Amino acid sequence: MKDDRMNTDSSKEPEKCACEGQAKAGRRDFLLKIGLGLNAIAAAAIGIPIVGYALSSFVQKFPLKSVSLGPVSNFPEGTTRLASYRNPYSRKWDGDTAEIPCWVRHISNNDFQVFAINCTHLGCPVRWFDESKLFMCPCHGGAYYQDGTHAAGPPPRPLYTYEWWVENNELFLKGGILPTLADPKV
Amino acid sequence: MIGIFRNVCLWVDDRLHVSKLFAATAGHHVPKSSGSWFYVLGSATLLCFMIQLVTGTLLAFVYVPSASQSYETLMYLSYEQPLGWFLRGLHYWGSNFMVGIMFLHMTQVFLFGAYKYPREITWISGCILMLLTLGLAFTGQVMRFDEDAYWGTGIGAAIAGRVPFLGAQLVQLMLGGPIINSDTLSRFFTLHVFILPGSVLALISLHLRMVLTKGINEYPKPGHIVRRETYDQEYAAIIKKEGVPFFPKAISKDLVAASIVIFSILFCAAVFGPKMPNGPADPTQIVTVPRPDFYFLWIFAVAALLPVYTETFLLLAGGPVIILILFALPFVNNTGEKSWRRRPVAVITVILIYVVLGILTYLGNASPWSPEMGAWTSATTEKSRVIGRSPLELQGLVLLQNKQCRNCHAIDGVGGHRGPDLMNIGTRLTESQLIRQIIQGGGNMPAYGNKLLPYEVEALTAYLVSLRPEGQPPARDSSVPAVPPKEQSHTSLPPKPHGES
Repeated sequence: MKDDRMNTDSSKEPEKCACEGQAKAGRRDFLLKIGLGLNAIAAAAIGIPIVGYALSSFVQKFPLKSVSLGPVSNFPEGTTRLASYRNPYSRKWDGDTAEIPCWVRHISNNDFQVFAINCTHLGCPVRWFDESKLFMCPCHGGAYYQDGTHAAGPPPRPLYTYEWWVENNELFLKGGILPTLADPKV
Repeated sequence: MIGIFRNVCLWVDDRLHVSKLFAATAGHHVPKSSGSWFYVLGSATLLCFMIQLVTGTLLAFVYVPSASQSYETLMYLSYEQPLGWFLRGLHYWGSNFMVGIMFLHMTQVFLFGAYKYPREITWISGCILMLLTLGLAFTGQVMRFDEDAYWGTGIGAAIAGRVPFLGAQLVQLMLGGPIINSDTLSRFFTLHVFILPGSVLALISLHLRMVLTKGINEYPKPGHIVRRETYDQEYAAIIKKEGVPFFPKAISKDLVAASIVIFSILFCAAVFGPKMPNGPADPTQIVTVPRPDFYFLWIFAVAALLPVYTETFLLLAGGPVIILILFALPFVNNTGEKSWRRRPVAVITVILIYVVLGILTYLGNASPWSPEMGAWTSATTEKSRVIGRSPLELQGLVLLQNKQCRNCHAIDGVGGHRGPDLMNIGTRLTESQLIRQIIQGGGNMPAYGNKLLPYEVEALTAYLVSLRPEGQPPARDSSVPAVPPKEQSHTSLPPKPHGES
């Protein structure tokens, strides 16, 4: 309404009001620019932490952590046994998912192989068959020999292996992440 | 009294513009020909989504998206919460119907050429809605957070892990951390109940807006060609000549279809009930056979059947290429014939896609490539495959069972189907070929050379040769002179080449 009146006025006194109108228009443009600028800064201020929060797991590094699998005597020489450890990155509300299984092969003396449970094809849990000395996958028919090398089916590489060591007759490994082809370290 | 009521109505209409809204939406004019049974699928999909919104919201009253408690809350919902099982059933069957009807809708729209000028954005928004719906279906099965959900998420992570350069980061982003745990469930829950349904609502608004601005596709007539220059006038003429308000003139079939869909979902929920979790997500329980819900079985089958060297490329590029083709379709094929009666390539494409998806789904369900993990202890052997065998052959039979050969090989159809049925292997491979196959493996069979003693290999081979159907001679090495038929007995072996066994 105000603008309308101003425009009618300006038609009567063109010179003076044109200047006034221009000045007002200039102020409005300036205010618009200020408004847009302030909002751009505000959007960044609110957006950066939001995007940072949403993508935190994308950029975060999760170094492997040492966990114990229990005394070496749990794994008799010449056997391959299922073991499990508590995920070092677990939360209190993780329930059963905090326990991560793995296959421990005790070759001889202090020589072990510790395999991730996940098939290297698409991550399903491989099962050990002692009679045929094979790991078999229930999803797409992958099979591995007792040393984890590829025996049959679509797996593109041998089973993922953990870094392990024995300390005071206890078997330790470094774990904490889901192994995939992109990050085959367990 | 009536006068007051009328005045109140007019006042409300003046303030809210309800009648204008009605005229612009439910009352908008559509071609009379679009009041067809083929045109009820879109509204039926929307109806399913509404049912999902309501039942899903109600399920969230009870469900706790925590790895430690989701299983218990599902059990509570299914067995203790009054009508909880029924609501779960409605939500489960609602999702199946939504996916199914959505694809039928998409097929109909494709066959009726509705994606052509000027409805390109209607088609593209529909394609995005299809992707969002599949996203809802995938995240929905993770909500069950059972063994299938746990390992299914693992399969998703393994595929993400194949992305070059960013694979490891994408896996972490998908899982919400370094491993599958509660964070993973929380993030899938957020996707399932906030992000994806919100996006679907937004896209539905766009989809329906396009239906209003560009009009619903008229029932295509064979020989009626779409031209960019003339179509808009032609459509306006159709609306002018035979346009009817969607409500109440063209909605009747949608209403009937809607009630059929609701009754069907009610029936399935009441009779078949919800899908129960198949065991809590405990990764240490590895005696499991993870399988996705049926609409993803075809992808599961593709993952098993692709040649290894094409796998990563096709798993990663396949999806984007399909999406690209779908998005490009209305621009590449923008004008021309709409009726499927004059578009044989379109019809063949649809038939081909349905046949391929059907076969892959069947295969995904049967999973013949998976070893049958319990066959070595449970698969039976018919009497006739035992009686009359020599001690060596019987030893072979025991080995066949104990060494778990039957997890992959069936006898008479009983056992795994990863490898060939062993019934007539003795007619196809000579004894020395069998020995070589057992010791060295190959063709997707592991090598058993260092797991079997020489006499065990001999016993196994003897039994396998003896299995062949009566009257059929064993396979013979063509370089060795044939044994006259009269000297052959049922279980006799061909002469043994030197240096073998």
